[in-house]
Amino acid sequence: MKEELIISGRMNPHIDPVMNIWHWSIPLYLFLGGLAAGLLFFAAYQTIMGKDKKFLTSVRIGPIVAFGAIVIGLMALLYDLHHPLYFWQLYTTIRLDSPMSWGAWTLMLIMPLNMIWIFSYLKDIYPVHKCKLGFIRKIAAWIITTNDTKPEQDWDWKHKIIRDFEKYIVKDRKPLAWAMAILAIVLGVYTGILLSAFNARPLWNTAILGPLFLTSGLSTGAALLMIMTKDHFERISYSKIDILLVIIELFFITHWFMGYQAGSEIKVHTVSYFLGGEFTVTFWVNVIILGLTIPLILEVMELMKFKIPVIVPGLLIIWGGLAFRFIMVDAGQVIRYLY
Amino acid sequence: MYITLNIKGFFMKTTRRQFIKISSMGVGGLALAATPILNWVPSFLKKDNDIPDDSKAKRYPTYCEICFWKCAGWTYTKNVDGKEKIWKIIGNNDDQHSSGRFCPRGTGGVGMYEDEDRLKHPLIREKDEDGNQYFRKATWDEAITVIADKLKNVAQKYSPNCVAMFSHGSGGKFWGNVLKAYGTNSISAPSYAQCRGPREVGFIATFGKGIGSPEPTDIRNTKCLVLIGSHIGENMHNGQVQEMSQAIDNGATIITVDPRFSTAASKSDFWLPIKPATDLALLLTWINVIIEEELYDKEYVEKYTYGFEQIKEHVKNNTPEWAYGITGLKPDLIRKTARAMGNASPAVIVHPGRHVTWYGDDTQRLRAVAILNAILGSWGRRGGFYQPEGIKLKSMPHPAYPKISHTWRDATPGKFKLADLALASGICDATIPSPDRDCSYKAWIINGTNLITTLPDRKNTIAALQNLELVVVIDTMPAEITGYADVVLPECTYLERYDMLRTSKHREPSIALRMPAAKPKYDSKPGWEMAKMLAEKLGLGAYVPYNDITELLDWQLKQIGSSLDEMQKIGVKKIDREYNDLYFLNGEEHEFSTNTGKIELYSTALVEEGFDAMPKYTAHPEPQPGFYRLNYGRAPMHTFGRTVNNPHLNDLMDENVLWVNPKIAQLEDLSAGQEVWLKNQDDVISSFPIKVRITERIRQDMVYMVHGFGRQDDRLSRSYGKGASDSELITHIMHDKIMGGTGMRGNFVKFITENPHPSDKPLTRKVNII
Amino acid sequence: MRYAMAIDTKKCVGCSDCVVACQTENNIPIGYSRDWITETVEGTYPGLHLQIRSERCNHCEDTPCVRTCPTGASHVIEGGIVKVTPEECIGCGSCIEACPYDARYVHPEGWVDKCTFCDHRINNGQDPACVSVCPTTCMYFGDLDDPNSEVSRITAVRRIKVLAAEAGTKPQIFYLV
Repeated sequence: MKEELIISGRMNPHIDPVMNIWHWSIPLYLFLGGLAAGLLFFAAYQTIMGKDKKFLTSVRIGPIVAFGAIVIGLMALLYDLHHPLYFWQLYTTIRLDSPMSWGAWTLMLIMPLNMIWIFSYLKDIYPVHKCKLGFIRKIAAWIITTNDTKPEQDWDWKHKIIRDFEKYIVKDRKPLAWAMAILAIVLGVYTGILLSAFNARPLWNTAILGPLFLTSGLSTGAALLMIMTKDHFERISYSKIDILLVIIELFFITHWFMGYQAGSEIKVHTVSYFLGGEFTVTFWVNVIILGLTIPLILEVMELMKFKIPVIVPGLLIIWGGLAFRFIMVDAGQVIRYLY
Repeated sequence: MYITLNIKGFFMKTTRRQFIKISSMGVGGLALAATPILNWVPSFLKKDNDIPDDSKAKRYPTYCEICFWKCAGWTYTKNVDGKEKIWKIIGNNDDQHSSGRFCPRGTGGVGMYEDEDRLKHPLIREKDEDGNQYFRKATWDEAITVIADKLKNVAQKYSPNCVAMFSHGSGGKFWGNVLKAYGTNSISAPSYAQCRGPREVGFIATFGKGIGSPEPTDIRNTKCLVLIGSHIGENMHNGQVQEMSQAIDNGATIITVDPRFSTAASKSDFWLPIKPATDLALLLTWINVIIEEELYDKEYVEKYTYGFEQIKEHVKNNTPEWAYGITGLKPDLIRKTARAMGNASPAVIVHPGRHVTWYGDDTQRLRAVAILNAILGSWGRRGGFYQPEGIKLKSMPHPAYPKISHTWRDATPGKFKLADLALASGICDATIPSPDRDCSYKAWIINGTNLITTLPDRKNTIAALQNLELVVVIDTMPAEITGYADVVLPECTYLERYDMLRTSKHREPSIALRMPAAKPKYDSKPGWEMAKMLAEKLGLGAYVPYNDITELLDWQLKQIGSSLDEMQKIGVKKIDREYNDLYFLNGEEHEFSTNTGKIELYSTALVEEGFDAMPKYTAHPEPQPGFYRLNYGRAPMHTFGRTVNNPHLNDLMDENVLWVNPKIAQLEDLSAGQEVWLKNQDDVISSFPIKVRITERIRQDMVYMVHGFGRQDDRLSRSYGKGASDSELITHIMHDKIMGGTGMRGNFVKFITENPHPSDKPLTRKVNII
Repeated sequence: MRYAMAIDTKKCVGCSDCVVACQTENNIPIGYSRDWITETVEGTYPGLHLQIRSERCNHCEDTPCVRTCPTGASHVIEGGIVKVTPEECIGCGSCIEACPYDARYVHPEGWVDKCTFCDHRINNGQDPACVSVCPTTCMYFGDLDDPNSEVSRITAVRRIKVLAAEAGTKPQIFYLV
């Protein structure tokens, strides 16, 4: 029998008996970040491909949801800071080695782009001639004007500089789309790298986490678009994309487990938590079966013309993505080096 | 291949160095560039976590009161918001007890001062109309008046001799003097009959001299240290722990006899996992082997000892093969360890231990330890036992104490004549009236000792308490015993008071000063002041011939050529030895204070009192099926129950756990961390549950817990109900017929996994404080 | 300059003096600690081996905690001592996750705290508080770059081990075994 115990000291809150410094807010933040990355990527991708007229939900609604996700994610992150009054210290320095710094700066850059994107589509989303602005008309009076004499144009931006900027953006969206596609990929990869940068946590410390989290983020983004769109073509397109992404994800996970099983003692110990150990049931049921396999089957069946309500595979994929991040953050903190 | 490796090594080395340079420069450069512009922090967000410099901080000498070792050190204070506050306690480098290094309890002593659960005001027990009792906050004058009146009453109605005192700690000296002036000498300490008494009697019977405290074991110079039932390292007797560490550095052989794989056992060259209660068999066998293999110090034995032939004859059948069947120790191991001792002789210590009241034959077992040391020639030898020397300070002139007709010896008439100190348990027994006793004790003054847990057989102690007309408890903390008091006097902690000078014996005589580093918190007072108030109320002011203790200390110090002023600066002063006799000189004549003037291997004093002249092994009861022997010990971060509520020390260890062997855990279906209650052979059930620790470090026939937990006074906010109390389960006492010691290791327990206490049953004796 | 510590497991009795000395010296709130004691028991009664270790921040040469810190609050000072500047720390927990020894914790005031090797004492030529109080003198502290320092001399002659070497952080607390 081998007995290992802490006799005294070190009963520090959140550290003992198991590390639990990151609670629900970090996995939620990682999930929302991934989801936003997916949504923004598809908006940019369709624009670059010149299909922005076909994929209306992707380019118009997706970025709004993404923006909301990022805001909620950031609030969750702020909530998790133990010294939140000092959060501005993040922006006094750029630390290339720190994923947290990367994340802070990526978000700093992607949020204005995202806002510009939404801004450029505002007139499409709120069609000028149909929109009943109601009370917004009053509070937004400092920035918009309304003109009752021209029925086809109910509102416009008050300042010329804004109107010029809008024209400039709308004329050619591709440069903006390129910038956003790249930042979206950085954001998606970052949610994985944030974890994989910790060599102290054997579960997280693998390079595959970046691509895996990116794939998972894209697939949740695609799933959400699939649910949101009312357009049949758009829905089928994302269904196909999701099939591909889920297969890639399953491949990454298999690859990851195989790599760990063939790894050093600590990696074998780590993967045992998922293959018979503490996290086996939660992981396999929520992520592999409910979150990946079943939606994959359902979507393939849909392609084979079975009648499947789109919300079922969509929500399952989103659930899988959320569960995956919660399990990863939780298990990663439980599994530690033994000495 | 060889070349490649070499190149790689070289490459790695140089790049590593360069890398450090670059990275540290990079970090530094970045910080420098960023500091003035970007890293500005508004002043309200600045954190003040500066730690003062030792050389600039104020410090006050003290000696520690957390245990009996009494290490001398310094209390440092630091400025917090414009006020000097106690910061930390550090050892005094000139102190032989601590060598400048305090143990965790001493370092954590600040917690005793900080503890917000301290006794804060004098309390007097009162009764309301409905007969309910409660404590009333009182003024000092009221509290002392109540005590004085009751004491006068006891003196009138019975005799001043019927007042007893129990004491542990420094303040007791002042109370003892007042009581001697009042007319009683029944002044006892549980540290004798419940702890080290048999050791003193056993060694006095052999060498004419007891061991005393600190033990004069020359561990740092020894070549072989034998620990039998002593767990140095878990008992944090500072000087001994330090010297054992030096012995390890010096490559000394360490032999540990313990049924538990103690910390000391893990540091030992030989661990003898003995069957509990058979230690005496092993000791006799060692004596046998050492004599039979002629490993003893022949010259020493011939010159200094009496009765060698008798002991040789006496142990001739105690062979290792005989012991094997009793102790479970392989004959080979017994012989090997005996030879290790013989080879190291005379620089060998068979340690006498400290808490030795185990099975009732303890004086005889310690006699065997003494005999073993005697034949190995270690008494008075370098690496064995040195001869300590202390200094005796004069007391200020005062009237002679009154004659005492009824002394503490009359509490146990005709028994325990060899006991050299009063028996706390004896006085407790003599408080319960009995037809054959003309005078039972009527009043107890209890200073700094929680009798409910220090005395075994709790029922008996509580019965005695019910027969008293006055119970006074003087302490810094609430405890079970304060609930039984008529008057509670809150003492300030040692960091807030002066006390008598420490004069304990050591390699060199020395004195140490304790002075306050802060004013007494709450409405607490130092012991000397309370005792003086009582003396004056009793009309005995002449016995306390000083207005303030500093007068007494300065007077005493001036008698030996020092002064209070000097001591406040240095804290500890060493004084030259009167004689150069730390060790016996080669071939020196030595007169021992025994009947024969020699080291008595055959004790004539014991024979006179009708006891065996030489120790004999007798078998002790063993656990019935389903029961396990209850063993207990110490943790380095706690002193009995005194420290369990200390915020710093409680933080280190806040409850005790029950050590159970994995096989027993399996048999009894126990899991790690599970809470169990214990029930002993007399059907006494522990008040609180204790968590199971499943560990290979313990034998299968016993369980083990650290003493001092399972506190029942809910005023102890941190320690109330944490862990279990071993003393609560010690109801079967094996009395030492020679000196009245209370053997406590013949108790057996079984596990209870369901809560045996109905939830509404109050576990504490609640006395409200108004 | 490369500060390091060697701890003799043959002498350490796990008394926890280092823990409480650190607590009082550095004003660590009750319930928190920068150093701690572990115990490892191997074998079957009576063939047993027990190792007791006093553990703390390893002041690694390769510092993942400093690397992952997004603000630069975690930094390395002269002698390789890893420190945290409370005013720069946002309490994100990255460094806590990055430490293979779980040696960091969030101070109740919100910033991350850890062992400083008592740099305020070292600067005055004193040993860290834990080393200076240890009753068994089982801890040795000093400069590894100085071949005559106590820690250099003892690590040269004794068998040593470091904890979680496979985490690759090059820890600077050496256990003498």
